[in-house]
Amino acid sequence: MSATLKPYLMAVRHTLTAAMCLDNFSSQVVERHNKPEVEVRSNKELLLTPVIISRNEKERVFIESSINSVRISIAVKQADEIEKILCKKFMRFMMMRAENFFVLRRKPIEGFDISFLITNFHTEQMYKHKLVDFVIHFMEEIDKEISEMKLAVNARARIVSEEFLKRF
Amino acid sequence: MAEQHRFGNIVTPITCHAWNKDRTQIAMSPNNNEVHIYKRTGLDWKLLDVLNQHDLRVMGIDWAPNTNRIVTCAVDRNAYVWTQGEDMKWKPTLVLLRINRAATCVKWSPNENKFAVGSGARLISVCYFESENDWWVSKHIKKPIRSTITAIDWHPNNILLVAGSADFKVRVFSAYIKDIEKTPDATAWGSKMSLGNLMAEFPNSPCGGGWVHSVSFSPDGNKVCWVAHDSTINIADATNGNVTYKLRTEFLPFLSCTWITGNSIIAAGHSCIPILYTLSSNGQLVFNAKLDTSLKKEIGGISAMRKFQSLDKQARTESNDTNLDSIHQNAITSVVLYSGTKENTTKFSTSGLDGQMVIWDLVSLEKSMQGLKIA
Repeated sequence: MSATLKPYLMAVRHTLTAAMCLDNFSSQVVERHNKPEVEVRSNKELLLTPVIISRNEKERVFIESSINSVRISIAVKQADEIEKILCKKFMRFMMMRAENFFVLRRKPIEGFDISFLITNFHTEQMYKHKLVDFVIHFMEEIDKEISEMKLAVNARARIVSEEFLKRF
Repeated sequence: MAEQHRFGNIVTPITCHAWNKDRTQIAMSPNNNEVHIYKRTGLDWKLLDVLNQHDLRVMGIDWAPNTNRIVTCAVDRNAYVWTQGEDMKWKPTLVLLRINRAATCVKWSPNENKFAVGSGARLISVCYFESENDWWVSKHIKKPIRSTITAIDWHPNNILLVAGSADFKVRVFSAYIKDIEKTPDATAWGSKMSLGNLMAEFPNSPCGGGWVHSVSFSPDGNKVCWVAHDSTINIADATNGNVTYKLRTEFLPFLSCTWITGNSIIAAGHSCIPILYTLSSNGQLVFNAKLDTSLKKEIGGISAMRKFQSLDKQARTESNDTNLDSIHQNAITSVVLYSGTKENTTKFSTSGLDGQMVIWDLVSLEKSMQGLKIA
């Protein structure tokens, strides 16, 4: 783990632990409804100040919290075109299967690559500290995954071009 | 020390719980529209009755000890008063709350002749029994509430009411119903006590400060304690010109608090452990002790085998730390006195999102923990 990654993840972990203190809260606007307040944004007193934690220009996490839900948006490092494409495809793959991931949002917030929406129903069913672990683990793994895929793509391209150039 | 209880195979959160007078029965809601009544038989709990009249999640239960009536309120905007018939079955009576949003909390008054219901409709319904019409009617306290009422508590004089709300404020109201009560005596909070009169208002902090999660009157009724989402625990003293004292803690926000003696408070919440705070002689709150002393079981380091097993199972090398090193495994949502009064509590019970109910014995805790003094 590089020198800047650890404090970055540490900051995200502590912020998430504090942000994930959620209550079951029924809507005070619509009768008999219970909606994640961070999405409906109907009352501003129910929202907390959002936090951005950034490691550098590209990599940052945006944590928006409310009384019954927290939205976590992650921008992943994309150094070049290949990484951009890979990241886009990979996130698309996951978000198409969002309901199998429970906490994944179907669309990311603008300016970010992927968003999670954690509500009080998730914290009731799952261990809160494990949810935090999951997000941190996801952030650790996603960089690794993308750079591995990039290597694989490059290696494959090399072999393909080698095969192609053998003909001449 | 602490007895842990589970009810049947319920693993869902316990939204709230209430005890009957002799503490042999408990009414609790397993995070749905039902209220279960269990009777204790030795170490086991026997399901006596299921009260299912509500059609959405129950938010509050209170059991009046002397008149033996249960009041419940739920997200479906209704409240019911349950009375026990000759056949020991509970019969509901609908209360006309006249609210159009979820009811969030309910409390019997000390004399048990009325109760208050807080709601998401930005008002408090004070309900009493009207014998001419043979039903429970309610009067509203509306001003100046700006958001959902999250917690309420009664003053021992049966008149005053403290309410915490999601607009970051704690307010003391008069809930005097002139149809059923005689004119109340003046208290430290003031003397003008028409229904809905705002006796005092405390912002949680000068600049906002988070939703108030729980409020509690001190046993003599002169102080109010509240906990809020900014992880603070606060005291306001009416005898001292409504001075508030705020203690910022290093824990996650508390969800529930109660006085256990004239100058000790138990608070519990997202940190999963109940914590004891004491009011020092100069009116300041100080941290006293964490009441959960359970220690993490040693796993004996990370052996190579465990490391590979864990890699195999969940694709990571982390040691197995799923369980928290506290008795409650998820946030504690309610703290209820089990034996004694707010003046001299000896046992209290907590329940939370992990579906457990724990009874804490303060006397034996005081003996077993070095330097713990509950005064």
